[in-house]
Amino acid sequence: MSVVSVNGLRKSYGNVEALRGIDFQIEPGEVFGLLGPNGAGKTTTIEILEGYRKRDGGEIEVLGADPERSTGALRERIGIVLQSSSLYPNLTARESLALFAGYYTEPRDVDEVVEIVGLGEKAGSRVRTLSGGQKRRLDLGLALVGNPELIFLDEPTTGFDPGARRAAWETIRNLRSLGTTVLLTTHYLDEAEQLADRVAVLRDGQIVRVGSPAELTGGSSETEIRYRRDGEEIVEQTANPTQRLNELTGEALARGEELEGLEVRRPTLEEVYLELTGE
Amino acid sequence: MRLFWHELRAEQRLFWRNREAAFFTFFLPVIFFLIFGSIYGNTQMSHHQGRAAPFLEAGMIGYGVAATCFAGLGITLVVRRESGVLKRIRATPLPAATYLLAVLASTFVVFVIEALIIIAIGRILFSVAIPHGVFSLAVTLVLGALAFAAMGVGITSAVRSSEGSSAVINAVYLPMAIISGTFFTPKSYPEFLRVIAEALPLTHFTQLTRDVMVHHQHFWSDWGAISVVLLWGAIGLIAAVRGFRWQPQEG
Repeated sequence: MSVVSVNGLRKSYGNVEALRGIDFQIEPGEVFGLLGPNGAGKTTTIEILEGYRKRDGGEIEVLGADPERSTGALRERIGIVLQSSSLYPNLTARESLALFAGYYTEPRDVDEVVEIVGLGEKAGSRVRTLSGGQKRRLDLGLALVGNPELIFLDEPTTGFDPGARRAAWETIRNLRSLGTTVLLTTHYLDEAEQLADRVAVLRDGQIVRVGSPAELTGGSSETEIRYRRDGEEIVEQTANPTQRLNELTGEALARGEELEGLEVRRPTLEEVYLELTGE
Repeated sequence: MRLFWHELRAEQRLFWRNREAAFFTFFLPVIFFLIFGSIYGNTQMSHHQGRAAPFLEAGMIGYGVAATCFAGLGITLVVRRESGVLKRIRATPLPAATYLLAVLASTFVVFVIEALIIIAIGRILFSVAIPHGVFSLAVTLVLGALAFAAMGVGITSAVRSSEGSSAVINAVYLPMAIISGTFFTPKSYPEFLRVIAEALPLTHFTQLTRDVMVHHQHFWSDWGAISVVLLWGAIGLIAAVRGFRWQPQEG
């Protein structure tokens, strides 16, 4: 049974249709990415699933419940990282975790959470002295401390420097090894590619493609082959790269030549994404 | 119940660690009592009413209820709302009612400690007798704390940003504290200020504390004052129920 199931989800703000009927399912243990440019409807989707906003139409189930109706019981089982950090500046990181742990009936051990999110040295520091990246990791810790089955991450690394992003990615990968299901929104392609098992590309309130990063890039039929002959660069697009490469290399071997600068490449997720989102 | 105590402990820790808030809502009434008590605590009041110190002591408790339950609570809730803390709390299994009750209880704890310190300072430094109608005093303080807390929660819906919260709320409560005669008796005020003072809840709450603490009356001896305080409390409660939000202003 799916952990999250979304069918025909619609939402409008005034005259603006933010979501025009989207569908997707998230399976247990999966890291699912909602990818799209700003304004595509990512946050609207995740906040409807979190129970913060009401939908206008469609059916949704989160851990078998409707987040609009069920409250306490569902909240025991989900963890949330909001788009902006929201913490008490005068508590220490460990105190914040202990405070939130107290809200749940079966919390995770606070020291274990400190370990998972990599705040070891900073656990005793007041939140206001933490860097942006450290606060974000504490946010993640607060989402984890209730021992949830499902975690929502709304743009977990926006505004991070590259080092902090790598550290956050490492932490999110740790979640997978804990068996937690994750729904993640991002507008970074590399983030979706690095973290997500499957990605839904959202554009103007509609899902334009769903699949693993490999499937998304594999969906494009063309493979590009480049090489140089007589100092001139040749670029070929082919739908049958195996056959074409065999021909090229066979001819070159027969002539006793080297195919200089030979390169075979698939389109990157970035190229597919730009094509899909029309940017 | 376990959740309530858990949250109350955290709220106390949060309050005392936030030095600015603790200073303005908790220590300022105490400091004003020390200053004004030293200046005119021994001055004889007109109409053979005795020394000023007991009046000032009761007035500072009135000022204290406005500082802690109205201003302190209101500012705290706006800051937490706008920084997204309230929104985040809503995503946990902690019931909303338990959370708000713990926040209110924590505010009352602060106010009660403040009132006790003011009474102790009055006794030790300014030779003010300890009030003997303890039951009447307790009921009066609870009534005031509830009414001003309702107004404190109610005003959060009128404040849009956390930067504006101290400005707006201080602009309401500081003039109110002065006009209501918590520092001086309003009987000496010019006519137009007395008219304004008559409409303010703090004037009547201060009147009640003076009745109980200085004139040794029962808390029910002035139903007019009680009605005004309750009416303002009800207005605050209606504003709170209708306008309280958990989520920040949409960007």
